[in-house]
Amino acid sequence: MVDLTSAPEILRTADGRPLKSALAQAQRKAKWRAFFLVLPLLAFVVLTFIVPILKMLERSINHDGFSSNAPSMVAWFQDHPASADIPEDAYAALVADLVQMQKDKTAGAAGTRINYTVPGTISVFKAAARSADTLVPPYKEALIASNKMWGDPLLWVAMRNASSEWTSDFYMVSSDLKRNADGGVERVEDNQRIYLYLFIKTFVLSLVITVSCLLLAFPIAHWLAVLPMAKSNLLMILVLLPFWTSLLVRTSSWIAILQEQGIINDLMVWLGVIGDDGRVRMIYNQTGTIIVMTHILLPFMVLPLYSVMRVIPPSYARAARSLGATSWTTFRRIYLPQTLPGIAAGSLLVFILAVGYYITPALVGGADGQLISNLIQFHMSKANWSMAAALAAILLAAVLILYWLYDRLIGIDRLKLG
Amino acid sequence: MALPVYASPLERVWYYTFRVLCILIFLFLVAPILIVIPLSFNVEPYFSFTHKMLALDPSGYSLRWYDTLLTLGISAPEDAVRDSSWWSQVWEQATWVKAAKNSLWIGMWATILATVLGTTAALGLSRPEMPYRRLIMALLISPMIVPIIIIGTGLFFFYSSACISPDNWLGWLLSPFLSVKGCLANSHLGIILAHATLGIPFVIITVTATLSGFDQSLIRASASLGANPRTTFFKVIMPLILPGVISGALFAFVTSFDEVVAVLFIAGPDQQTIPRQMWNGIREAISPAILAVATILVIVSIAMLATVEILRRRSERLRGVTPH
Repeated sequence: MVDLTSAPEILRTADGRPLKSALAQAQRKAKWRAFFLVLPLLAFVVLTFIVPILKMLERSINHDGFSSNAPSMVAWFQDHPASADIPEDAYAALVADLVQMQKDKTAGAAGTRINYTVPGTISVFKAAARSADTLVPPYKEALIASNKMWGDPLLWVAMRNASSEWTSDFYMVSSDLKRNADGGVERVEDNQRIYLYLFIKTFVLSLVITVSCLLLAFPIAHWLAVLPMAKSNLLMILVLLPFWTSLLVRTSSWIAILQEQGIINDLMVWLGVIGDDGRVRMIYNQTGTIIVMTHILLPFMVLPLYSVMRVIPPSYARAARSLGATSWTTFRRIYLPQTLPGIAAGSLLVFILAVGYYITPALVGGADGQLISNLIQFHMSKANWSMAAALAAILLAAVLILYWLYDRLIGIDRLKLG
Repeated sequence: MALPVYASPLERVWYYTFRVLCILIFLFLVAPILIVIPLSFNVEPYFSFTHKMLALDPSGYSLRWYDTLLTLGISAPEDAVRDSSWWSQVWEQATWVKAAKNSLWIGMWATILATVLGTTAALGLSRPEMPYRRLIMALLISPMIVPIIIIGTGLFFFYSSACISPDNWLGWLLSPFLSVKGCLANSHLGIILAHATLGIPFVIITVTATLSGFDQSLIRASASLGANPRTTFFKVIMPLILPGVISGALFAFVTSFDEVVAVLFIAGPDQQTIPRQMWNGIREAISPAILAVATILVIVSIAMLATVEILRRRSERLRGVTPH
């Protein structure tokens, strides 16, 4: 008989170690083994993806165009707190810097930095630098006489803020805000709110595209789900083909179809719907962006919808019908609620992809079909690095929030490709 | 779904309307892709069907735009004899041929990188004991979600500062892969790394999907029969996940082969790829030569899709999963 009153003996492995710690060790080992398999890729992605994005974020809060080229001004701003009255010695520091800028040919760089918050200052800086060595004291009067902008308190507020290479100015400008003369922040005039307008437009257009994708994807996903497997597999290829076809191919064929001398217009002229001089402009505008992006993103809506619809048991709908529901009620109360996970997954995915889309709007968007990505590219092409980086950072934040939502609601590991 | 016998006349009408609607939507999906094929044989430099084409008159069709793909950019005159020296000139100088070579070269290396790294990582990620699984998975898939313009912007800043002087030994070792200045910007390697990053999510998704149906006890069975981990990997795991790996590789290749934004941001004049050439063509002078390229690409994508479909079915058969 075993003595039950004594303390239970610790279980041990064959080589005498306590079982508990041996198990913990084995589990730790397995954990590390799994982690080491992922490590090379993790390092790779950090290098080619995370580091570049961090670089971009750094760029969005860093611009040394003014601070590195105007050392006396930087020193003066450090020693003197902000005040509305700018004394002569500040102007003397400014002239000293302007003289140096003319020598180093950096007046443009400094002016560009100030120009982001006070438009029109590049030429003011360049002109002042050119004539800086001819100026005589008192510099305050001399500079203001050459251009009265130098007496503008807004310009001094801007220069004070630019005297550090670290700044939030680019985020401020991207949100259509500006500084007023006391250093506070206020919204820009209604007719100058371009960034806000473009962000809103991007969201609205993405929403329109998402809804039109949903409207087009719902019927075919349903059809694919109820068809016998062999037939639906065959039709599925038609959904996957666009998925595999080059974006540029799809975009250029839409140009062929929609342009004024294109297939649809030719067809309508031939049918007599419109006259030869009444050809409709369907591309190089917002309509073009919506049509082409709907086509491009449609498979991303069909696939999640289909995978949800496929497993909805048809018996529920039959039960509802047998209990007297009309077909519309059955659809609305029984079928539709069961497809909601698919609708959520597809809509979120399409919306996320649409918000950051670049290629299609750039090629077929014309003037009014451009999205926020196109503005980022515009600033990149004009070498406004920090401005582009700040806009990209805002877009990134929006996308990451949506991505987080997607992961919470649907789960990233349920993403499927065909 | 057959029409039930008890359907009311209204339901009958809806049933057929629904079918027509679905067929129209399928047409919307596929027609724009297939329409480029006949258009690319247009004899005129138009983007639309001419009357001759509609009348199926052979003189309305030609291969001239396909010919342009070979002759654009070469120094030989148009009426030159097409002997072996002409062909070697095409191979060396023709703009589209050079672009195709670049695209294939970049695509191949990006695919290899993405597939090898992605498959190993997927093996780790599908183990139940993987720590921070969800977070790491979300990170590795994010290159697919983050807008390409943001990635391009970041790469531009990073690559222009990622330089190494050829004077020290590491720089000397890496110099053949970098640009003249020793930077990742304007180099083939830079694009390959960027494209591999973009392809990784696809490999991860397809391989983890294959592994989710993978019976882990097979590994134990193999070990108990005396196989070492390497043998187990090559003889047991690999054959079972191979369809997923190949699908992922094809996705990664297509991603690279079709990628233009990152290339626009980080490539130099030596890295002209097919999408970049098409991009320029669409933006500047749009000629049916673009449609000829498009036709070739459509045929390639049909071939790839067919391969993936066959692999998927094979994989389902192997795993004993009835298609659902």
